[in-house]
Amino acid sequence: MATFFSLTQTALELGLISSLTVLALFLSYSMLNVCDLSTDGCFTLGAAVGAVVALAGHPYLSIAAAMAAGVASGFVTAILQTKLGVDSLLAGIVVNTGLYSVNIAVMGNASLLNLNRTDTVFTAAKNLLEGTAFAEQYKLFVAVAAVAAVIVFLSLFLATRLGLAIRATGNNPDMVRSSSIDPVFTTIIGLCVANAFTGLSGCLLAQSQKSVNIDIGSGMVTIALASLLIGNAFAGRGKIAFRACGAVLGAFIFRLVYTIALRFQMPAFMLKLVSSVIVVLAIAGPYVKSQYPELRRRMLHKEKGGAA
Amino acid sequence: MLHISHIKKTFDPGTPSEKAALIDVTLDVAKGDFISIIGANGAGKSTLFGAIAGSFLTDSGSIILDGEDITLLSEHKRAKQIGRLFQDPMRGSAPGMTIEENLALAAMNGGWLARVSAAEKRIFRERLSRLGMGLEDRMQQPVGLLSGGQRQALTLMMATFCPPKLLLLDEHTAALDPATAEKVLTLTRQIVEENGLTCLMITHNMQSALDLGNRTLMMDQGRIIYDLSGAKRDGLTVPDLLVLFKKAVGKALDTDRMLLS
Repeated sequence: MATFFSLTQTALELGLISSLTVLALFLSYSMLNVCDLSTDGCFTLGAAVGAVVALAGHPYLSIAAAMAAGVASGFVTAILQTKLGVDSLLAGIVVNTGLYSVNIAVMGNASLLNLNRTDTVFTAAKNLLEGTAFAEQYKLFVAVAAVAAVIVFLSLFLATRLGLAIRATGNNPDMVRSSSIDPVFTTIIGLCVANAFTGLSGCLLAQSQKSVNIDIGSGMVTIALASLLIGNAFAGRGKIAFRACGAVLGAFIFRLVYTIALRFQMPAFMLKLVSSVIVVLAIAGPYVKSQYPELRRRMLHKEKGGAA
Repeated sequence: MLHISHIKKTFDPGTPSEKAALIDVTLDVAKGDFISIIGANGAGKSTLFGAIAGSFLTDSGSIILDGEDITLLSEHKRAKQIGRLFQDPMRGSAPGMTIEENLALAAMNGGWLARVSAAEKRIFRERLSRLGMGLEDRMQQPVGLLSGGQRQALTLMMATFCPPKLLLLDEHTAALDPATAEKVLTLTRQIVEENGLTCLMITHNMQSALDLGNRTLMMDQGRIIYDLSGAKRDGLTVPDLLVLFKKAVGKALDTDRMLLS
């Protein structure tokens, strides 16, 4: 029981922190209909910037700085695809590649930063909760607070005129234009906000595990997409807040399954293959299902030589 | 109200698919005019609308709407003053968003962070009930669940929620079944009359081109070949129109679609 609880708690912490990236994709992928492939680099950027600022002695500022870095990264990705004619997927890939160098530069020409003795939001939470019943759950405390704040923000934001326009941009850009709103503007804002969450996610992960590695974000986009699609299976329709909670649940389930698999001796390096397979299944599954009647018709026709 | 002078548009210039879609079009529209536009496929009717709405920039000439030169204004900025409906009923609304959310986008002109107020919801409800399609009880449903006719009626309402200076209707009933088309056309007439809108309507139905509005344009090969209004238009019949077309163009109009639709 105790093991199960600690398993769940690790899955919860990691799931919640990475669910911030899932919420970022919820905005860019589900709402804006842009598959933002700069996510990996932006996640690392948030982690690196957050770590550097925390190392400089500003644990709270590190959060704001990581989010601001995310906004900047999202802005570049958005400008490339809306104003400079770079294909949306390519824009993400190009920014992602460029960010690798930027991230190493941010980390001071290093590919690893250690935060073992640095004050972070997590150590702050630990001090705050010391002596209370929740002292052990300080990581969870920070993660829950961040996720709750983002969900509340998203459900309020997406009901504003700007938020509605962002959703409509992913749904029917023609209609946005005829509502006298510039879809270029909504795409830029949407990607900036989404990448702010990605940056925050990276920053919190780095601070919770007390180190940043240049590869901390690699594969994040696929992991987050897998979580998002799992969440969609549970809460794909309905109000924004409900669907956002579904995305978080998806991230948690993904981590839980992964953590349990690790217990059953699955090697840790399998994480990325598993996330890839989940994304493929979640996207290909419904597609193959929709093709099934036609496939069946063909097979019957062949078997019975046209009698069917 | 609308002054179009000598606009030209050639698509894909300098390539084998070069197409002169508008050749020196000049048109003056008075406030309150309801103009129907007819012509064969490729006559430049939709291109004319595209030029007015700003889907592309014209090659030369100028477009002035209500005293403002909009020749170079971007499409979304013109949309503040120009409402436009297309043949495809799916084009004017976002299928994944609810009726209320779609209306909110069309109707709200407050700040970016404004939210739909209860008062606005009441107005939406009241306006929807006027469509007579029961949509007022389905405001929380995604627009994707509506039929083509319902979506077109909704789009019409969205385009005219804040009455535009100019309404462009590009065969907006052509994709609907006859009964629904009739209903949407009646709604159109009602809304245009109530708000005293200035309106241009492309139609393939020559009878409704003569029945509706106060003026009829006939286009061919990028030009306006007839501009009929007042006494010249009164009493005109569909066969008269066909004769006029043959006289101007030198060949008979491909009438099957026009007469049957």
